[in-house]
Amino acid sequence: MSRDLILDKLRRNAAGGQSRAEREKAVAKRIRSASRGVLPAQPRAATARVTQFMEKAEAAQATTVMTTRTGVAEAIADWLRAHNLPAEIRTGKDERLKALLGGKAGNLILRQGPSDGTDTTGVSHAECGVCETGTLIVLSGADNPTTLNFLPQNHIVVLRRSDILAHYEDIWPRLRTAYGKGQMPRTVNMITGPSRSADIEQTLLLGAHGPVRLHIVIVRD
Amino acid sequence: MEITTPQFKQNVTGALADRQLQRALSHVRGNFVGKRAAAAAALPEFEALRDEARNIKNHVLENLDIYLETFEKNVTRQGGKVHWAATASEARGHILDICRKVGARSATKGKSMISEEIGLNAFLEESGIRPVETDLGEYIIQLRGERPSHIIAPAVHVNADQVREDFRRVHTHLPPERPLEEPESLLAEARAILRDQFLSSDVGITGANFLVAETGTSVIVTNEGNGDLTQILPRVHIVIASLEKIVPTLEDMSQILRVLARSATGQEMSVYTTLSSGPKRKGDPDGPDEFHVVLLDNGRSDMIGTEFQDMLRCIRCGACMNHCPVYQAVGGHAYGWVYPGPMGSVLTPQFIGVEKGGNLPNASTFCGRCEEVCPMRIPLPKMMRHWREKEFERHLSPPAHRRNLKAWAWLAKRPGLYRLFTRLAARGLWVLGGAKRRTGFLPMAGAWTRHRDMPTPEGGTFLAQWKAGRHRTGQGTGGAS
Ligand code: SF4
Repeated sequence: MSRDLILDKLRRNAAGGQSRAEREKAVAKRIRSASRGVLPAQPRAATARVTQFMEKAEAAQATTVMTTRTGVAEAIADWLRAHNLPAEIRTGKDERLKALLGGKAGNLILRQGPSDGTDTTGVSHAECGVCETGTLIVLSGADNPTTLNFLPQNHIVVLRRSDILAHYEDIWPRLRTAYGKGQMPRTVNMITGPSRSADIEQTLLLGAHGPVRLHIVIVRD
Repeated sequence: MEITTPQFKQNVTGALADRQLQRALSHVRGNFVGKRAAAAAALPEFEALRDEARNIKNHVLENLDIYLETFEKNVTRQGGKVHWAATASEARGHILDICRKVGARSATKGKSMISEEIGLNAFLEESGIRPVETDLGEYIIQLRGERPSHIIAPAVHVNADQVREDFRRVHTHLPPERPLEEPESLLAEARAILRDQFLSSDVGITGANFLVAETGTSVIVTNEGNGDLTQILPRVHIVIASLEKIVPTLEDMSQILRVLARSATGQEMSVYTTLSSGPKRKGDPDGPDEFHVVLLDNGRSDMIGTEFQDMLRCIRCGACMNHCPVYQAVGGHAYGWVYPGPMGSVLTPQFIGVEKGGNLPNASTFCGRCEEVCPMRIPLPKMMRHWREKEFERHLSPPAHRRNLKAWAWLAKRPGLYRLFTRLAARGLWVLGGAKRRTGFLPMAGAWTRHRDMPTPEGGTFLAQWKAGRHRTGQGTGGAS
């Protein structure tokens, strides 16, 4: 069987003088310790991190706005109006979004469930953001269809201000706590700006297969 | 798959005379090089991260058997399945079996160099399954019946007017007089056509930038979002990846991510880094029902424990080719197989045999730029020298060549003399260049200078310039190792 052939060959060639038992121990330790390596310096103060998150996201051609818990529906409606988009959004059944939008959606038309590609705007709730590069972390789950992140032309992501982290390495302990060690949601999307391509003469064009616009609504909490 | 590596010399002559190609190649130099330098300079920890990235992969390669078993165990635990393939044909067989089982008529595909390595598209077509490339660059070259000429920018050899012609030729269901002047309209047309393919496809095939052992997760890094649509819409998601893509933990992946995009496109982070673990979960409203990982060896396990092991640290960022004077001059197709540039010059003889691929390591100028920029600190010139030596041992190279190589080896073992010699050679070229700083004459390189000028060195070797702080693009980036 190829599996055993490959593994046998690797075992013979990879050993480097150490016994299998020693190496097994080293591997188990490495995975258990999940050491964080080199962490690029980031601002210490939370406010500075938030500012940097917004700057970095905008440098990656996203747009950002900061609002309060009661202002989310309005912030979304304003943004849609400013871009001449219909006041219709599709979301998952996410409780956090329901709490922010429920009843106060104004004239926003809310649709629920995965996208089939006909929606103009999808709205997701991020698990967290990383100020290093203005990156959003969005998790799949029963209440969070991944299609919302990719099929609609416009993607709005709601992010709690206190969920803005310093490093990518800060994401994974959160997931281990929420899902169990070694467990993952089916899809973890790290998103930095709207989709793009530079495949034609290296010219940057926004809106390749994913959304043309990415708008981040940061909620003070 | 046709291999034209043995005709490298003719390929080079053709490439240098190809005006469309030469126009397209000007974008490589103009874009990638400057952007990478700026991105690296903007991150003070960049050099330390390169060291860390190298160390992570070295540790993985020393324990690859254990990490692969761990990865397999965790994929299974998450509800997916791992298929082991010792050879390209075995990998193709696994993929065909999975496609047949679900009665697939078509398969959408994210960008994957492993798919190119195993010649997957031609095979699927012969087997009655239509492969649809969805990365814009890959889509363009699929229409043209070509191979990628760059590992991250597959259509870098194609100009916009050629894309326009191809779209008019192939998309015959659209009005022939539609305007396609703006690059935006080309993108919009491809987006619309591929959208239908995504929504109707039975199987989605992606590559992987990383396989995380800790969780059994496969990771793709893209900008377009095509890889994501490829893997969340169809019923079946197949990942095709080579053994060395393993990293131990999500933290280790994060470390390498920081050097990947910066080295590749000069972005701080690519738009989409997507982690996939198993099929969709109970209650998930979307995602695939099946998740398969086809693990390809294809000779890699033979490299472990040899002088070529370091090459398995490669993360396919493309920096070495972007900075290679030979690649910049002739593009990727001249290399004649799947992997071009310095990394291709090391990998090609390994995969297709030194008899057919041995002339690639010989075509290097040994300027050292590739190693300077390689985020994984792979000693590419050293490995090309290993191939030269191997070829030499087998007496595969012509006698004159062997004499030169012997002289060169003698010189290379004497660092003081070597430096003196290269300094003199640089000085010599500098004199030839005169005020223009270009020379149309290079001894022993007629084919090269017939069609282009070789930029003459700026009055010193790279080492000397580095020490004098006169390097222009590499401010604080290259690391004088
Ligand atoms: S050899 Fe280094 S520079 Fe070249 S593609 Fe691989 S990682 Fe990138």
